[in-house]
Amino acid sequence: MTTLDSSKEIQKNNSEVNETHEDFRMFGLITFLIADGMTFAGFFAAYLTYKAVNPLPDGAIYELELPIPTLNTILLLVSSATFHKAGKALLKDKNSDSQKWLFFTAFLGIIFLICQLFEYFHLPFGLTDNLFASTFYALTGFHGLHVTLGTLMILIIAWQSRINGGRITSQNMFPLEAVELYWHFVDGIWVILFIILYLL
Amino acid sequence: MTISIDPQKTNNESLQPKGWLRYFSFSLDHKVIGIQYLVCGFLFYLIGGTLASAIRIELASPMSDFMPRDVYNQVLTLHGTIMIFLWIVPVVNGAFGNYLIPFYVGARDMAFPRLNAVAFWLIPPSGFMLVASYFVEGAAQAGWTAYPPLSITTPQSGQIIWILSVLLLGGSSIFGGINFIATIIKLRRPGLKLMQLPMYCWAMLGTSLLVVLSTPVLAGTLILLSFDIIANTGFFNPVLGGNVVVYQHLFWFYSHPAVYIMVLPAFGLVSEILPVHARKPLFGYTTMVFSIMGIVVLGLVVWAHHMFTSGTPPWMRLFFTIATAFIAVPTGIKFFNWVATLWGGKISINSAMLYSCGFIINFVFGGITGVALAQVPFDIHVHDTYFVVAHFHYIVYGGTVFIIFSSIYHWFPKVTGKMLNEKLGILHFIITFIGFNLCFAPQHWLGLNGMPRRVAEYDPQFQFVNQISSLGALLMAISTIPFLINVFLSVRNGKDAGDNPWNALTPEWLTSSPPPVENWEGEAPLVEEPYGYGKDISEQK
Repeated sequence: MTTLDSSKEIQKNNSEVNETHEDFRMFGLITFLIADGMTFAGFFAAYLTYKAVNPLPDGAIYELELPIPTLNTILLLVSSATFHKAGKALLKDKNSDSQKWLFFTAFLGIIFLICQLFEYFHLPFGLTDNLFASTFYALTGFHGLHVTLGTLMILIIAWQSRINGGRITSQNMFPLEAVELYWHFVDGIWVILFIILYLL
Repeated sequence: MTISIDPQKTNNESLQPKGWLRYFSFSLDHKVIGIQYLVCGFLFYLIGGTLASAIRIELASPMSDFMPRDVYNQVLTLHGTIMIFLWIVPVVNGAFGNYLIPFYVGARDMAFPRLNAVAFWLIPPSGFMLVASYFVEGAAQAGWTAYPPLSITTPQSGQIIWILSVLLLGGSSIFGGINFIATIIKLRRPGLKLMQLPMYCWAMLGTSLLVVLSTPVLAGTLILLSFDIIANTGFFNPVLGGNVVVYQHLFWFYSHPAVYIMVLPAFGLVSEILPVHARKPLFGYTTMVFSIMGIVVLGLVVWAHHMFTSGTPPWMRLFFTIATAFIAVPTGIKFFNWVATLWGGKISINSAMLYSCGFIINFVFGGITGVALAQVPFDIHVHDTYFVVAHFHYIVYGGTVFIIFSSIYHWFPKVTGKMLNEKLGILHFIITFIGFNLCFAPQHWLGLNGMPRRVAEYDPQFQFVNQISSLGALLMAISTIPFLINVFLSVRNGKDAGDNPWNALTPEWLTSSPPPVENWEGEAPLVEEPYGYGKDISEQK
């Protein structure tokens, strides 16, 4: 019993408790992005294993044209920079500038998706032609899904950062920062995907 | 549904229904969500147990006379999937984690309460879907591993429902994992150091890291598998140039850590229960923490020991054998620590303690057969036999389920304010322990003598031992009855427990039982010595 009482003593001695806590939404988002990254890691590992151990049938086409994906890489890298610009502008309370940069970022995302679809329609193989084709569409498709989601989210926060009645201000940066981190993540995945799928 | 709104409060809890109705609502209270996980999981345990009984009835005779062979395959698939994804993982992580972790870190709730509620409410629909698939066009019948090409060639609608259901449950698990990591790392009460946390927090931190790192890989794999089934791609279909071994690698990259996702929280829970009922500090706190983290790291690099018969190259066999054998070291450290915690303690022989001791005995046995199975020559001999079935049931039932019951006996007074009946509890333990060992110990012999698993018919020479095993299963089924009677009687007319019936020192006991919505009337207590039994804490500082 004495031990129990003494532990209650400790409680009383530490009665100054701060009931507010720091914002850890970003921490949760980073954890989620690590999990999301592991999904891609699984796909990459599968692709590289197939490449190493599963020979393709004779006459299978697995060479890819480089111009469109290179343009796409540049588009995404530039869009990361423009998103960063939007954040900087919002921090200085230049909401309309921020909104313009956001719309421009979303525009780049849409161009990326159009280029991706253009590439899909002009490729000489379909989803089920061979193992390489299936993995190619699965990887780029899964990434494209991420870009689509990201573009939609950018459009939403661009709308929400309007001057009259917008909820995103320099006092409430989290939605913008969260989508920005997600967008950089999607860009980073694309760079890895570009190297593994197109260059290797 | 009645919703009473207290004008004094502006927080979300006040908008929730009160009384028993809150357990059916989208409640954000971590305690309600914990109980939701527990009860929902237990209902699925009863379904999974019924399926297990059907399996044992079928195997009481060598011919498939109780059910057709394809139904037998569906039953064993559903049994495995339900027990893993709807009973053990949600209960040992979601139920106890949600109930206890905010108390242990000195918080009012989890870091992301809404995400928490979403994670729970993904479970009932996906579980319902899984069970309902049996009535649509036949459930999945490729086992819980869903190995292709079997999962691609068997009737497909059930398999697709199975994939969808497991994807949703995986999502629920990932959301839970993110929540636990954020709560333990970020939501600790000011002044509470990491090395002062109760051991269950460390176990949940390790488990959640495994969940976050490995579950997404399973999700990706299942998406590819569903493409194979729906879109006729050839990722895992050898006929179309695919590779089944890639599926096995990706699957076990999740599903071996899944074993640790199922047992690490049990390790944490037993570390909470033993010191309280032995009135001694937990032996070797620091080594326990490093053992858990060692198991997390090693647990991610041992998956291919499930695949020694899948044409794995020699270097891979060597690496994975050694890595697997290494896991015995941190696990062994933990076992010695538990035994040392009991050593010389003032042990109360109650249901919680008995179940914990039962866990130690069963898990040591399962651990030893695990080390044996990691050795390639032995594994090739007993691969896919009943030896493997016996091994993993000693881990997940003899290990984790024993600890789930131990924890229910330990924390029932906390949740309800009532004590469970000890006589019925001890009866429950005795029947479960005898039934469990009678059911699964003979299966080692069956496996060593070459009885394959996942078959409805077997060689008549194995009949007698199979009947002993089925008798054990019958006892296990019966053992649920005293438990259910106990819970129903005690919730209504149980003896009042008071706030702290075990005189425990961990923070959840330093508030009223059942706890208020805000967990503590005042500020959260700072517990620097959660296991300071038998010593004067003021001298420790």
